[in-house]
Amino acid sequence: MSTDSIMSAGPASTAPTNKSVWRRLLKNPMAAGSLVVFIAIVIFGVAAPLLAPFDPNLAKLELTNAAPFDTEFLLGGDRSGRDILSRLMYATTGTLMACLVVLAVSAGIGIVTGLVAGYWGGRIDDVLDWVSNIVLAFPGLILLISLYTVVGPNITVSMAILGVLIAPNFFRLVRSLVLSIRSELYVDAARVAGLSDGRIISRHVLRSIRGPLIVQSSFVLATGISVQAGLEFLGLGDSNTPSWGGMLNEAFANIYNNGTAVVWPALLIGATTLSLVILGNTLRDTLETSGTRHPALSASKVKEIRAEREGTRERSTALPTDTKPKSDVLLRIQGLELGYPSSSETVGVVVHGVDLEVRSGEIHGLVGESGSGKSQIAYSILGILPPEAAVVGGSVFFRGQDILNDSNAMKKARGRRIAYIPQEPMTNLDPTFTVGQQLTYGLRAVADISKHDAHARLLDLLARVGINDPRRMFDLYPHQISGGMAQRVLIAGALAGEPELIVADEPTTALDVTVQADVLDLLRDLQNERDFGVLLVTHNFGVVADICDRVSVMKEGRIVESSDVRTLFAEPEHEYTRMLLDSMPDRFASRIPFEATSVEVAP
Amino acid sequence: MLNFLGRKLFFALVLFLAVTALTFMMVFSNGAASVRQSLGETATDEQVAARVAQLGLDRSVVLQYLEWLKGLLSGDLGASFATGESVSSMLTTRIPVTISLVVLAILLTAVLSVVVGVCAAVFGGWVDKGLQFLSIGGLALPNFLVAIALVFAFAIAIPLFPATGYVPIEENAGEWAASLVLPVTAILVGLVAGSAQQFRGALIDTLSQDYIRTLRSRGVSERAIVLRHALRNAASPGLTVLSLQTIGLVGGAVLIERIFVLPGVGQLTQTAAITGDLPAVMGCVVFSVLVVIVVNVCADLLNGWINPKVRIS
Repeated sequence: MSTDSIMSAGPASTAPTNKSVWRRLLKNPMAAGSLVVFIAIVIFGVAAPLLAPFDPNLAKLELTNAAPFDTEFLLGGDRSGRDILSRLMYATTGTLMACLVVLAVSAGIGIVTGLVAGYWGGRIDDVLDWVSNIVLAFPGLILLISLYTVVGPNITVSMAILGVLIAPNFFRLVRSLVLSIRSELYVDAARVAGLSDGRIISRHVLRSIRGPLIVQSSFVLATGISVQAGLEFLGLGDSNTPSWGGMLNEAFANIYNNGTAVVWPALLIGATTLSLVILGNTLRDTLETSGTRHPALSASKVKEIRAEREGTRERSTALPTDTKPKSDVLLRIQGLELGYPSSSETVGVVVHGVDLEVRSGEIHGLVGESGSGKSQIAYSILGILPPEAAVVGGSVFFRGQDILNDSNAMKKARGRRIAYIPQEPMTNLDPTFTVGQQLTYGLRAVADISKHDAHARLLDLLARVGINDPRRMFDLYPHQISGGMAQRVLIAGALAGEPELIVADEPTTALDVTVQADVLDLLRDLQNERDFGVLLVTHNFGVVADICDRVSVMKEGRIVESSDVRTLFAEPEHEYTRMLLDSMPDRFASRIPFEATSVEVAP
Repeated sequence: MLNFLGRKLFFALVLFLAVTALTFMMVFSNGAASVRQSLGETATDEQVAARVAQLGLDRSVVLQYLEWLKGLLSGDLGASFATGESVSSMLTTRIPVTISLVVLAILLTAVLSVVVGVCAAVFGGWVDKGLQFLSIGGLALPNFLVAIALVFAFAIAIPLFPATGYVPIEENAGEWAASLVLPVTAILVGLVAGSAQQFRGALIDTLSQDYIRTLRSRGVSERAIVLRHALRNAASPGLTVLSLQTIGLVGGAVLIERIFVLPGVGQLTQTAAITGDLPAVMGCVVFSVLVVIVVNVCADLLNGWINPKVRIS
């Protein structure tokens, strides 16, 4: 990667341009509506001195508890005969100002401390993090109410205290954002290029975190409004100036005489908080979905796309059947096509019409670079594709039965006749159960045996896969065992159902080199002993040379070449295969089967 | 595990001292003003000064705080400025009300948000969209607005439940429950909206983990995967949210108790603050910090029980 691309990759990818975010936000009717409501409320308040029909404290006794839309008091009169509309208008400015105080205090404290903690880290980070945890655990509203005894009916000071109490929210957000950005290459590059810390923070860090900060601000404003109104509702505000919460309080005390007076301040409070939260939520969604991920298509949509694609090639009327059933063929993939949603209507295909055969008792390698679609094929054989994946063509025949398109057949085969060995052993064990528990659950899900028999069988298997003390292993949690041990446990888990086919997805890639050789030996021994077929997904020709009988080479979702291992290494047909073989380091080249016997296995 | 518990207890102690010291020193920084307030406008300066001296409010706040801490160790929280009643006995009559409210609300929140969160995460589609939509409303609307709406709807328009008042459970369990239906519902709306949403997120996260795929490949049923494996792994983040909500609820209960006229700690906090009854205010602060601490310890213990990494290390 060139330095240029490093320098430009950062801010652009984390923070999409301002314009496009705003445009997409305003296209969302909920967001646009909320924005209009919020702006209207601001104008309603700011314009009070010009537009309010009456002085907020003017009382007309004859209009006490007047009904709305009936008199010159448009929204009615309160219990002291004052105009509710005018009072609401005058109260709005105070409310908004107080909320700005909350925002300014919390954002000010939170952003500065968050930047310091995230950017410089170390001891100061530990201390700040600890303080923020303490403050977050404060019973905030109780403290605010208690401090009324000192602060008195001064809502601005109360709101400043609230700002301090919720500053940790900003602190945590900024700290985690800065931590993730600080480790980005473009920040390193900027540092190497000699930019000062202040410049890096203002140019690179602040730029990329402003989106989440705006989102957080809208939530803080909403919190500020509801806490402020709550305090005033409790009678802890200044009773001489009108406020939303204070008006609600008075009206609520008077609810049996004039119920509608409660409605107006309640509506105003609700509309303001709701518009702010909706704005924040939609903005967050807009920022988050700026990538290329699309949600899963509906099953009917996938069916439609599939019918369309198949219709253009040939008309199939019935369920697909294996057109070339052969007794020694264990697994036959035919014309498999699958992809991921590229919009709400279309699928971007990543596996293009793959054909593949695994014979009984054969180890078949599936080789290709990462991203070539190998794992997708492995998952489709087991029916464990991610939910967004869409199969848009083809079949997977297991012993002549289409398990890809028949979910019942898949259910009967998976875990019983077909098993799976994953790539990354440490993330493939449930961290909350012991090894024994999860193996037993797995086995008893597919075999009708007692717990006792299951334990006996699994302990035997653990011993067979090379675990010295199976009983001890049984009671360990995944975080207590090593990667190599975990992979042996997973192999035992795959063997437990006595499968005819094992799909192994890069089973040695995540392991140490020494352990890799052991695990491959184990797989080969087990295969000789139990005679199951294996589809071995790998990117490593060394592994292919070591244990595979036949091999298929994959490139960009297509199989470009398929033959037995000797032929492939001796006379690769496809140019891509030759290129892959040429790019192998010598130590792997020396392990091709012809010479394997005479050459020491590389450490 | 012992080390882990020790750290947590140390944190709890620091929290307790930080909160009480901070509030005490601020609240008692101007004790004379509160005395003047409690004696009424007719009191002369001499009367106020005499009372201040009698209560020891003329000493430094640090000294007063240490004395207060000493009293606390023997369960003595001082006497109310307003009535002279001991603060501990004021609290004992009020704590059951608030605890009923908070415990009921949290238990129901836990159950409902697990059910709603699981449905939304597993079924997706309209269930999920509905949850997203409702949760925005539930989160945005302050609970006192929901409470007022409930009073309007189910106490005034359709008088199904009492609008105000509280009946102790030992007097009449049925009436106790009826008196809590509306208050608890008012609290639930916002709490469930928030935690179901979080729980849904945690569950979706868990369901996309590698080990879930491996469990599927072994033929474990979808039902067992969700109920046995995913739920347990998603419980940790869920617990964190729930404990934060409980802490927030102690404050939220003040508003709810006021609207439904429940004689709980929240109501005491409010009246004590308005009348400048400083010892009572401090009593309420102690109660709420203790709730926070108990909730945190419970959450940590549950978390240790669920998560072996916390327990064994």
